[in-house]
Amino acid sequence: MAERVRVVRGWEWARPERPARREVLAAVPELDQAKPPLLFVPGFGHGAWAFAEHWLGHAAGRGFPAYALSLRGHGGSEPAPGATLRSYTHDVVQAAAGLPRQTVLVGHGAGARVVAHALARYPARAAVLVAPVLGGWGTFGTALRRNPAGTLPAVFGAGLRLNRRQLFSRELPDAEARRYVSRLGRAGRRAQWQLLTGRQPEPAVGRPPVLVLGSPDDRVVPAAALTRAARRYASAPLLFPGMGHDLMLDARWREPIDAILDWLDKDPTPAHG
Amino acid sequence: MSSSTDLGRPDPDPTVAPTRDGRPVSDRGDTVCVIGAGASGLTAVKNLREAGFGVDCYERETGVGGAWNWRHDRSPVYASTHLISSRPFTQFPDFPMPDDWPDYPHHAQLLSYFERYADHFDLRQHVWFGTEVVRVESVEGDRWDVTTRSTGGYGPERTSRYAAVVLANGHNWSPKLPRYEGLEQFRGEVMHASSYKDPAQLRGKRVLVVGAGNTGCDIAVEAAQQASRCWHATRRGYWYAPKYVFGRPADQVNDTLLALRVPLRVRQWLYHWTLRLTVGDLTRFGLPRPDHRVYETHPIANSQLVYYVGHGEITPVPDIARFGDRTVELTDGREIDPELVVFATGYLPRFEFLEGKVLGDADGSGRPRLWLNAFTAGHPTLAVVGLVQPDSGIFPISHWQSVLFARLLTLRTTHPDRAAAFGRRVAAGLGERYSAKVKDSTRHWFEVGHADYLRALQRALHDLEGK
Repeated sequence: MAERVRVVRGWEWARPERPARREVLAAVPELDQAKPPLLFVPGFGHGAWAFAEHWLGHAAGRGFPAYALSLRGHGGSEPAPGATLRSYTHDVVQAAAGLPRQTVLVGHGAGARVVAHALARYPARAAVLVAPVLGGWGTFGTALRRNPAGTLPAVFGAGLRLNRRQLFSRELPDAEARRYVSRLGRAGRRAQWQLLTGRQPEPAVGRPPVLVLGSPDDRVVPAAALTRAARRYASAPLLFPGMGHDLMLDARWREPIDAILDWLDKDPTPAHG
Repeated sequence: MSSSTDLGRPDPDPTVAPTRDGRPVSDRGDTVCVIGAGASGLTAVKNLREAGFGVDCYERETGVGGAWNWRHDRSPVYASTHLISSRPFTQFPDFPMPDDWPDYPHHAQLLSYFERYADHFDLRQHVWFGTEVVRVESVEGDRWDVTTRSTGGYGPERTSRYAAVVLANGHNWSPKLPRYEGLEQFRGEVMHASSYKDPAQLRGKRVLVVGAGNTGCDIAVEAAQQASRCWHATRRGYWYAPKYVFGRPADQVNDTLLALRVPLRVRQWLYHWTLRLTVGDLTRFGLPRPDHRVYETHPIANSQLVYYVGHGEITPVPDIARFGDRTVELTDGREIDPELVVFATGYLPRFEFLEGKVLGDADGSGRPRLWLNAFTAGHPTLAVVGLVQPDSGIFPISHWQSVLFARLLTLRTTHPDRAAAFGRRVAAGLGERYSAKVKDSTRHWFEVGHADYLRALQRALHDLEGK
């Protein structure tokens, strides 16, 4: 991670990101309990629907205003075949700054990488990285080993394909798993490449506390990668054995979201720095 | 995220109260005082809070937004005020404006942006509205006594002692009125641009607009549309840049060149050449030829001025020589008879609550001597935020100034050596400039090139962090 704060961003000022229509799904508690809003950012291929399935309603039930964003080119957002990591980051920061209060960013999969970039551009209340795919060639190696048929075409510009055995545990009924997999889309070709070769995220602004969680039985993110990701933010990962990569859709989706909300209820203090 | 200092409001606490002229002083411990809740004050509050400081912010008005809140009696905005720099240069770097807003938002949008910023980061709870600062005095241990009272002078004064002070009282509210011979006996109407609010004030009149700043040009354009006659008096020829070139906001095109590190001379040449292609030779309209190269005066971005000059709706004239009873004599000897004279002649900074020498203004000219336009020698716990006149947006600069100041305050306890080194850097760099050579005028006291300035600030930040 680059350590120095960047003040001058000439290129970004000179070439602002093109706006794109964003889909944001929401579940807001009936009574405002002064809890920070949550913004869920799905990973590549997923849309806001993945969180609308269980987590949004559950978080709202526990008093958190919950929002889920579809990155451009995903779900109900505007199609964007030329999207880059920067465009995705733009979408997240725009959605977060559009919420009424300082927001907790929750990124899943490659969405965690997007959140890591967004943290350098928006002082989040806190950040949660769920089964984070932070990119780099290690990620590529794992993906090739675990799912060569879905990964190799992506090298040549096709969409990255994930199969249901990677995404879900065997506890999830087959029919449901199939339904979810059929809803998967794809990320932009350039964004996929940038996941491997792009610049690492800049340091976060506003010292947000960061929680990393995942499953040791995740067939996309190996346990070692989880530990590495957590160490970046000076913590250890929370583990949920027996679950697949898509913790928010898997049969035992309730455990990780409860752990996240418990952590937030404890009002984590800002990181040192 | 709460600290021990943010719960209590400065109730005079007699147990620890030292006294000043027999009045109690409430000691606010490590709390920082921010003066003003405009754009710069708000970002100072936010960034100090983020760094863990308790903050008391005093605001003389009853709302946030400072100059950009048109309800405020010191607000200079008029009905048609729009941004001069486009969105990416004007928004806070960590809280972007909505991307469906126009490239150059209206002042009402700006105000809603600041209100949303205040609500998003929950800043209002730290602001004392309707409270003005009477005096700011240095006391031993680099601490500050701040005396406040209700706006308008009602109620008792109260004094609180702070660990540090941020001055964010703005510099576009105290009108600068030039002196002209005979102005007193002129029978027509005279106003400063600060009291210009609505084009209805111009309707059907013969109007003389003085000054070719961005405000002067805006008012001249409105006079062209509304008034029966419009003269536009300027001291010299200027470069009137359009707001769009090559189909993009002009400042974004300019920053493409800056990002490529194109040298100043080449940029000037390209700029002149681009203006020749878009606006053309202005002397054909009777406008004087600029006596300086572009970037040597504050940039004027106005696409409409030249358009209306070309339509004969604006008559460019030279500076005023003297006023008569009903007429105005110009320096070229011509006489004109305006009913209304609008002085768009700018503003002067004022820190009426602070002794001038604290900010290094030894000769009483009102011009502070600062490093990075923010830090003064000998007072490591004082910073001025937003006292810049950039060729771009002010708010990102205010943001980074307050980030830098918050880091400095943190380091004063954790790494006193680095904070001391910063103090030496301030003393050595007083009066440093961050722009191309500019024309000498009060208008350019705080002129900075945004790229040069932010690079210098970035260096200061990195030095401070020892990385």
